[in-house]
Amino acid sequence: MSYVLHCSTRLGAPPMSHSSRLARRITPVLLLTPLLSACDMIVLNPAGDVAQQQGDLVVISTLLMLLIIVPVMALTIFFAWKYRADNKEARYEPEWSHSTQLELAIWGAPLLIIICLGALTWVGTHLLDPYRPLARTAPGQPVAADVRPLEVQVVALDWKWLFIYPEQGIATVNELVAPVDRPIRFRISSSSVMNSFYVPALAGQIYAMPAMETKLHAVFNRPGNFRGFSANYSGAGFSGMRFDARGLSNADFDSWVETVRGTAVTLDRAAYLKLEQPSENVPVTHFGQVERGLFDAVVNLCVEPGKMCQHDMMAIDAKGGLGLAGAYNVAQLSHDKFAARGTDGARPARFMVAAMCDTRPVPSHEFELPDPVNLAPLIGAGLALRAGAVSAALSPIPSRF
Amino acid sequence: MSAPEPTAISPIFGRLTLDVLPLHEPIVVATFIAVVIGGAAVLALITKFKLWGMLWNDWFTSVDHKKIGIMYMVLGLVMFLRGFADAIMMRLQQVMGFNGSEGYLNAHHYDQIFTAHGVIMIFFVAMPFVTGLMNYLVPLQIGARDVSFPFLNNFSFWMTTAGAVLVMMSLFVGEFAQTGWLAYPPLSGIAYSPASGVDYYIWALQIAGVGTTLSGINLIVTIIKLRAPGMSLMRMPVFTWTSLCTNVLIVASFPVLTGVLLLLSLDRYVGTNFFTNDFGGSPMMYVNLIWIWGHPEVYILILPLFGVFSEITATFSGKRLFGYTSMVYATVVITILSYVVWLHHFFTMGSGASVNSFFGITTMVISIPTGAKLFNWLFTMYRGRIRFDLPMMWTVAFMLTFVVGGMTGVLLAVPPADFVLHNSLFLIAHFHNVIIGGVLFGLFAAINFWWPKAFGFKLDMFWGKISFWCWVVGFWLAFMPLYVLGLMGVTRRMRVFDDPSLQIWFIIAGIGAVIIAAGIGAMLVQFAVSIWKRNELRDETGDPWNGRTLEWATSSPPPDYNFAFTPVVHGLDAWHEMKQAGVKRPLDGFRAIHMPKNTGTGVVLAALSLVCGFALIWYMWWLAILSFVGLVGYAIYHTFNYKRDFHIPVETVAETEAARTRQLATVGA
Repeated sequence: MSYVLHCSTRLGAPPMSHSSRLARRITPVLLLTPLLSACDMIVLNPAGDVAQQQGDLVVISTLLMLLIIVPVMALTIFFAWKYRADNKEARYEPEWSHSTQLELAIWGAPLLIIICLGALTWVGTHLLDPYRPLARTAPGQPVAADVRPLEVQVVALDWKWLFIYPEQGIATVNELVAPVDRPIRFRISSSSVMNSFYVPALAGQIYAMPAMETKLHAVFNRPGNFRGFSANYSGAGFSGMRFDARGLSNADFDSWVETVRGTAVTLDRAAYLKLEQPSENVPVTHFGQVERGLFDAVVNLCVEPGKMCQHDMMAIDAKGGLGLAGAYNVAQLSHDKFAARGTDGARPARFMVAAMCDTRPVPSHEFELPDPVNLAPLIGAGLALRAGAVSAALSPIPSRF
Repeated sequence: MSAPEPTAISPIFGRLTLDVLPLHEPIVVATFIAVVIGGAAVLALITKFKLWGMLWNDWFTSVDHKKIGIMYMVLGLVMFLRGFADAIMMRLQQVMGFNGSEGYLNAHHYDQIFTAHGVIMIFFVAMPFVTGLMNYLVPLQIGARDVSFPFLNNFSFWMTTAGAVLVMMSLFVGEFAQTGWLAYPPLSGIAYSPASGVDYYIWALQIAGVGTTLSGINLIVTIIKLRAPGMSLMRMPVFTWTSLCTNVLIVASFPVLTGVLLLLSLDRYVGTNFFTNDFGGSPMMYVNLIWIWGHPEVYILILPLFGVFSEITATFSGKRLFGYTSMVYATVVITILSYVVWLHHFFTMGSGASVNSFFGITTMVISIPTGAKLFNWLFTMYRGRIRFDLPMMWTVAFMLTFVVGGMTGVLLAVPPADFVLHNSLFLIAHFHNVIIGGVLFGLFAAINFWWPKAFGFKLDMFWGKISFWCWVVGFWLAFMPLYVLGLMGVTRRMRVFDDPSLQIWFIIAGIGAVIIAAGIGAMLVQFAVSIWKRNELRDETGDPWNGRTLEWATSSPPPDYNFAFTPVVHGLDAWHEMKQAGVKRPLDGFRAIHMPKNTGTGVVLAALSLVCGFALIWYMWWLAILSFVGLVGYAIYHTFNYKRDFHIPVETVAETEAARTRQLATVGA
């Protein structure tokens, strides 16, 4: 607050003069300027290419709309002043109420702005679709064909974030670390209720929803410590659902991975079920090893042993369901019912089904939910992608885990 | 966290035990004591001055649209004070929740407050205000005696009130929802919100929703069927047009809300899985459905105020409204488009780029008719003779404020921009910018404009100006920091913060909120001072602003029957044209007037609904069944009430009109 006081005393110091009126008028503006420059508008000045493009779009759209907003505000003030009742000089035409030319202008002007903005929206939305693999890591730096994105599986828990690195075989709680200039591919879900995964410095947010998987592609362009949090209210511990988001150089990232690997704690299903219980303001935690296929089990609500996975249920339903016999097996389908926050004590005994027949492979992290978005490159002016980048984007993501 | 779950459900009291009373929350206890003392004082005063009979006979049981309209406004004002108290508490918490401090509210309390603030401000402040305004004005503007279904009108009001009472009860018995104002599942499901809060939410909205839907039907029928002869659709005042569109929106969208809340209550009460994570339940279906209601809802709120601004701009510019036809078409276009934009509330839930673009662009398209409206007001002022009375001051403040809110709204409709601003304080600033700058400023303009019509005297200008400046300055101070905070990546509904550099902005916003509080105080003083000085502020003409529409043709306040003779309309701005043509008030030839009779049925039915809702919230099944049977039974019983109308004798009409003639003579009209 000190700069505010400093600023106002400087402005207040000169004795009253002819300019004091002007000074009084601009004082609020001047007071605001140091405040604004002191604050960190991370949304407009982020550390990742995706967020930067989104922030730029905020600025461009605003400028585009100011083209019409500023004249309207100016005209409002001007007309209010000019046609005030005591100004008898001004023309007064009480019956004048229609002008075709004016009508055309007042419908046409906003229409033109919206056509521009609409085009910008269509292109920008497709280009910055979070499901779309990155074609560049920075302006003029297309993603090379041999670059594989870093996959991070994100699970919103009550009330902390779990990050699984399948490639490295490690996991963390409330700490997201990624090497700079390497595309990151997030697969995002939640264990109980809706949250929104948001690192303003990195990229726009996307919801984390139970039994569903969302995706986000992003990249850090400079190393640094940033903030991540949930941007959708999820219950009592919501305010503390923050995490550190750090961009590191490749070497630093590798050594960080080694540090985490050195932690002799394994995140298996049992550990996950314990972790999943509600807790608040959880400190950073590392897991040196992660059980295979945990994320897919989370998405399919079958981490608990004996639970039927959603994709099994869907496979059964697709074949016409279990009929009456299935009615005896509903307990294994339930996820919420006995896991309520604070009502966990009264868990009744359950019916379990030991095994299900499914023609599809055993769930693992390689198992991909069908992609809802066609990733074919956009065609059009300004959207040209380098041929190499396109094929990289479209090639199946290899995995060695 | 949530209140302790009672172990067993009593057959008599359900899950209602003494434990649910929030005795461990000193703030709530203090509020409760204050409410009890204040309430007792009010009741004692009413008893002392023997006002019960007057209140019951002249107001509570009244089917007069004017009195019901005023009761809606009073309800909105009372609930506004509650909703604003919540706002101040949030502001204070967010100022304090820094540097490791937990502030003064725990999560259980704070989360209820922001949920209640949103629910109350939308459902029990903005909706009653808007409905009250339409109730009061529409019949007068179209030259009708009352609405089409006067009893239904009274019933609708009391259902809305019952919903409001239920929300207020949750403050002292049990708790309110801790879910945010739209109660997204799975969080609002029984598994994650097992206590009574979400049930209060569901039943308060369901009961009030009955009232809103019925009132919507009532006003549509009134506007379609009861217009004065000669008033074709394209001769209706713009306010009536916007009311028609708003009520079409109500009737088309509120059933969706009722349906989605019904499904949620089935999930919570009988274990269905519409919106749970289990058994293929789909929480996203809830999000879609609630916004298919929710987006039209914001146009339900703003459209009537667009009508208000049109009336005020034309009146105070002393000029015909510019572009009446395009104004009407703009309203209708907004009405239709408001149904194809709902997905813009959740671009961030993983829809494809083409879907997001579609909904983004439809949203932007709405800004075209809205922009056209703004230009129409602008060109109504152009070459006018603008008198800056309070209603016009509010209108200009609206125009300057609303464009900024509109701009940030269109910005949020650009999906990639929304990805970085969704759920941020930027969004909060945006919708307060349009709801305060549009809906509330419009209501204040309307109150200052039509108060003399309702009560026969103008509102005090001095206190009105103080209130105006406090509101305008307070609004900008309170919400501009939120835009900045949004750009700093701060999200909504946070209770504590870890970044100390944010605090200064919350302090500025808090100061803004205090200035708004002063504005509210000044407005209450304005009402009190105006009532005190009513003889100085008296308007004998019934037309204090040189109005243009039919409500100004009758006396202030209007007689019970509104117009002794149904006016005949020959053009737009019917009253203005009558004045131009020198049409004389008829002085004889009166006839007895057929009127609907007051009834207490609305109060009884709403009270039974309240009991039923309360019983359902607390699982008192016997009481729920009993009150529901009583509700249906009483409604059937009411259909056998044949004493539902009467005639105002011709002598009374002649006497009233003669008094009006004498009154007009004193001002030389």
